[in-house]
Amino acid sequence: MPLQKKYRLLASLASGIVFGLGMAISGMTNTDRVQGFLDLAGAWDPTLAFVMAGGMMVTFIGYKFILKNPAPLLADMFHVPTKTDIDKPLLVGAILFGAGWGLVGYCPGPAIAGISYGYLATLIFVPTMIIGMLLAKPVSKIF
Amino acid sequence: MHPFVLALIGGGLVGLAAVMMMGLKGRIAGVSGILSGAFTDSSGERLWRILFVLGIAIGGAIPELISDSFVPPAPDTSTLLVIIGGLTVGLGTGLGSGCTSGHGICGISRLSPRSMVATCTFMAAGFICVFLLKHVFGG
Repeated sequence: MPLQKKYRLLASLASGIVFGLGMAISGMTNTDRVQGFLDLAGAWDPTLAFVMAGGMMVTFIGYKFILKNPAPLLADMFHVPTKTDIDKPLLVGAILFGAGWGLVGYCPGPAIAGISYGYLATLIFVPTMIIGMLLAKPVSKIF
Repeated sequence: MHPFVLALIGGGLVGLAAVMMMGLKGRIAGVSGILSGAFTDSSGERLWRILFVLGIAIGGAIPELISDSFVPPAPDTSTLLVIIGGLTVGLGTGLGSGCTSGHGICGISRLSPRSMVATCTFMAAGFICVFLLKHVFGG
């Protein structure tokens, strides 16, 4: 395997570890906290807002510097989404995602970061979520 | 440490992961897109996706090795609702091309209109869902 490819794979693993560490430290693997944030009419828990704020600050500043370069360090080009239209799949998808997120308190990142706790709910959620993802392509043909 | 401080630090680490992914590999650190691509993308594009997702599971396990206080309570949801929730989260992020990380953190940081609309929409849907769950159907 060429050295640069090895580094690329290592970079993915390292980014994933930092991501999962952040999820578990921030409290986002706690579904009560996430549902508490979404519960505006109850005892509102603002923790998720701090996570988003911390994440956006670092990403916004980091992207500003990185995207000035012609290419990333270990690859030929940036793969940044180019679609700009607000279409039906985007809106329907976001509504479905938000509903499921509220129902359980898990979005994809925290569910995966929480696998190690070994809770049955998490171990059921992750594979069903993957099935849902694989259904998206056939379902999108309806639109 | 106060939960809000941990949240800010944890969020900062998620941001750092997003910056690493873009700076090194030129990719958006969107968990739903990377995970679904691990199953559907061409064979040469699968291993890095699998490693990123594996990394999240490994990273998520580190804090609990340091202190039990990082172990949250089990999700308080019936198995039926977990299955429905898993399917809708998967289907929704697939159709909507992203989740909290890809649209919420990476997309908004790029000032992408699609991501801003998606984030507002899934937040609103989440608010409504939890309102119905906790205050109408009395969860």
